[in-house]
Amino acid sequence: MSTIPAIKGVDETQATQRARTPGGVIHEWLTTVDHKKIGILYITYALIFLVIGGVEATMIRIQLAVPDNHFVSPQVYNRLFTMHGTTMIFFVAMPIVFGFGNYLVPIMIGARDMAFPRLNAFSFWISAFAGVLLYFSYLGASGLYAAGSAPDVGWFAYAPLTAKVFSPGHSTDYWTLAILLSGVGSIGTALNIVTTTLCMRCPGMKLSRMPLLVWIYLVMGGLVFVTISPLTAAQIMLTLDRYLGSHFFDTQAGGSALLWMHFFWIFGHPEVYVLVLPAFAFMNEIVPVFSRKAIFGYPAMVAASVCIGFISLSVWAHHMFTVGMGAAGNTFFVFATMVISVPTGIKIFNWLATMWGGRLIFATPMLFSIAFLFQFLIAGLTGIILAVAPFDWQLHNTYFVVAHFHYVIVGGILFALFAAFYYWYPKIVGRMMSEKIGKWHFWLFVIGFHLTFDFMHIPGLLGMPRQIYTYEADRGWGTLNLIVTIGVLFQAAGVLVFVYNLVRSYYVGKMAGPDPWDAWTLEWSTSSPPPDYNFAVLPTVKSRRPLWDLKHPEDPDSDYEL
Amino acid sequence: MSLCSKRQSAGWGKSLAPWMSRGAACGALALSLEARADSPMTLFSPADPQAQSIYGISLFVLYITLGIFIVVAGLLTFVLIRYRQRPGDENREPAQIYGSNQIELSWTVIPILIVVTLFLTTTRVILGTEAIAKPKGALEVTVVGHQFWWEYHYPKLGIVTANELHVPVSDEEHPTYLEVTSADVTHSFFVPRLAGRMDVIPNRVNEAWIDPPTPGLYLGQCAQYCGTQHARMLLRVYVQPQADFDAWVKAQQQPARQDFSSDRTAAEGEQVFMHNACINCHAIAGTVATGRFGPDLTHLASRDTIASGAVPNTPGNLRQWIDDPNSLKPGCLMPSMHLNAHDLDTITAYLSQLR
Ligand code: HEC
Ligand SMILES: [Cu+2]
Repeated sequence: MSTIPAIKGVDETQATQRARTPGGVIHEWLTTVDHKKIGILYITYALIFLVIGGVEATMIRIQLAVPDNHFVSPQVYNRLFTMHGTTMIFFVAMPIVFGFGNYLVPIMIGARDMAFPRLNAFSFWISAFAGVLLYFSYLGASGLYAAGSAPDVGWFAYAPLTAKVFSPGHSTDYWTLAILLSGVGSIGTALNIVTTTLCMRCPGMKLSRMPLLVWIYLVMGGLVFVTISPLTAAQIMLTLDRYLGSHFFDTQAGGSALLWMHFFWIFGHPEVYVLVLPAFAFMNEIVPVFSRKAIFGYPAMVAASVCIGFISLSVWAHHMFTVGMGAAGNTFFVFATMVISVPTGIKIFNWLATMWGGRLIFATPMLFSIAFLFQFLIAGLTGIILAVAPFDWQLHNTYFVVAHFHYVIVGGILFALFAAFYYWYPKIVGRMMSEKIGKWHFWLFVIGFHLTFDFMHIPGLLGMPRQIYTYEADRGWGTLNLIVTIGVLFQAAGVLVFVYNLVRSYYVGKMAGPDPWDAWTLEWSTSSPPPDYNFAVLPTVKSRRPLWDLKHPEDPDSDYEL
Repeated sequence: MSLCSKRQSAGWGKSLAPWMSRGAACGALALSLEARADSPMTLFSPADPQAQSIYGISLFVLYITLGIFIVVAGLLTFVLIRYRQRPGDENREPAQIYGSNQIELSWTVIPILIVVTLFLTTTRVILGTEAIAKPKGALEVTVVGHQFWWEYHYPKLGIVTANELHVPVSDEEHPTYLEVTSADVTHSFFVPRLAGRMDVIPNRVNEAWIDPPTPGLYLGQCAQYCGTQHARMLLRVYVQPQADFDAWVKAQQQPARQDFSSDRTAAEGEQVFMHNACINCHAIAGTVATGRFGPDLTHLASRDTIASGAVPNTPGNLRQWIDDPNSLKPGCLMPSMHLNAHDLDTITAYLSQLR
């Protein structure tokens, strides 16, 4: 049976008392190396950028609501979608999953901090700086005294549009440097997560007993190494092209436009999994607790995650079915892409089996998780549709693709993140989020999401390309785009309700206590919020669900696990 | 489609819940199939054997994925209803089940079988499109993408034109082969009713082919973001009966009209054109204008639109374009020459005569 000593009776240290004055609080947060505080910094920072990226999305949708609209100029529009994409991927999705990882990984493996606390702080602050740098381009891109302008080359910045001839001024440089620096931060955090997982587990926590969330973060960390490196290399090459006269991507001097695409997508596709794996991770923790059952097929879930990690490295050129790779190349990438649906399918079925025979509790985290399951299913299926290269010759770069990846990122990752917020907020803050407001948030967001992204598929099927600032009235895309735009209103309302809930619950939420969901992993064994050192005495575990063992001494998990 | 309309009542209209989205997906499919009539760029109305074969496989995958969706979403819905917590059993912990190798094996093998089926079907279409030899009777056209317009060469016919592609009605033996490349950044040639898109990449030549059997005008547009006016880089493909096409070829092979003895305004316009910067960027065959940065204007008046399909080719639009191209296509690469009203009138008169 597990031994998890109670933590009551530990004194507040002097340090925490000093932090009570306003100046002390600020100093505390700026200099902190505590993984929990850094996690919270990451999450807060990402939420701020989520709102900024959301405003950009709203402006984009207003412009597209009707054909031949003049809400913004083409120049402004092109900056909007470039900034929206870059922001959402690099300064919302990445930091937010790192934030949760930072907070949860050490505590779930019974550690007191990350392996390299100072590297952790450095990684956060360098990423934060990168985000600010990107937005400073609005002021400084052409030099402060000339008009500033933000990057406008699209978030995948295909060469040679980024060459000095086609993109004079400095907006592209801001983009390049922002991504390069955020990459440095990502590598640092990934290094930390991997090392922490491998070296800092508490006594008894063999790899085979690690919570699935931690397993997945391990895979995700490994993937970050492999994907961020080519991205960083490409940014350096681009800067050399722009300033030192090299010709990697300079087609006017014999460089290759395809080379950039390969570099970008060998980052870009695994990046999708870097982001979606944590969503799986949250599901693996939340679905069992609200089904009141152990996860079904733990070894298969681990194997599937590892498989996804590896296979995701061999599918990048499915973003390039239309560049004229030829039959052999196309066929290979069709196959690799389709194969990845097998481990992904295993996950969905295992979640289903976890719920089967359980006692499903429809609290807000579970509602978001259920929506995740349906939406991720659809996202996977439209993914298969796009993997069929000939179909992709028609759909590539249309709104069908835009709808597909928003189904993954919003319908999948964001819904999982909302679930994670409702689930772990009590642990992080010590108070419950309001269930009633949470349900408002859920329904508003679900309605908005489906209005926007279900209907967005259709203009894609009808040939509407992405990244166009307006479209002709005779194309027959008008009504559909209007519906899509209306959905955004609901989503925006949902997000506002969510932020309100976050803030309100901080002050008046019901006290949570250490274990409000009657859950089974180590983070619920310590107080909410946990003390600086997480555990007064490091726990010892004997199974995958130490708290289950503790609560059911007559029938511990350790009797069943291999 | 019958499958869909039956489910439609279940409601994409009230997609209030995620478990209603099955209806949504289905409704979406029905809607898009029905919308084929009023959308000129829909893949659901193929007008070329290649587009037809893509359409075939598209329906095949759509139905397979729809089938998978119905099964899995159905199971999920069942689980949600059947195993929801009911009043009274709040304190019961259900039996803990940790896994089952047989069951997990089955939901690994079935998807593998589906994947293999899909893969083989897909490969057949890929090979049928990309791995066939060019027939001897093929008409060759070189397509060059430019920041925000299209240039077309017919190397064997000695024709250079812009923005409106003309091809004859054709068959398997006499398709039109497009050699696509770019003069500046990456674009994409996308006319969905005729074929899948082909990217237009600088420093690289890609090959695509079409063999549309029915005459008509097929619309498309650039499908790879290429800069400020990417949205107005439209495509128009005129498929003509052989006789009409031959007549068009004949007319295009002539040099530009130069005898304006009957039309003083046009004659004056020619002089203004030839003495302005226009000739640095535009070519008019048989004159001193040999620029290649902008579209060839030799037979401008024979085109239905100007500025890559942005506006109809009327004297009014033409005049406005020459006066201030940015007013019609903000961010395009032709600068305003700040001509006076008189010069604008005469140049417009001249260009309108270039049939
Ligand atoms: C700096 C180069 C440049 C100069 C000088 C220039 N043009 Fe253009 N022109 C262009 C470009 C580039 C386009 C294509 C714009 C687009 O569609 O985005 C164009 C398009 C046109 C078109 C439409 C062609 C078509 O088929 O759609 C006309 C007509 C035209 N120019 C006339 C003129 C006249 C008349 C002048 C002189 C007064 C002139 N241009 C000077 C670059 C130039
Ligand atoms: Cu283009």
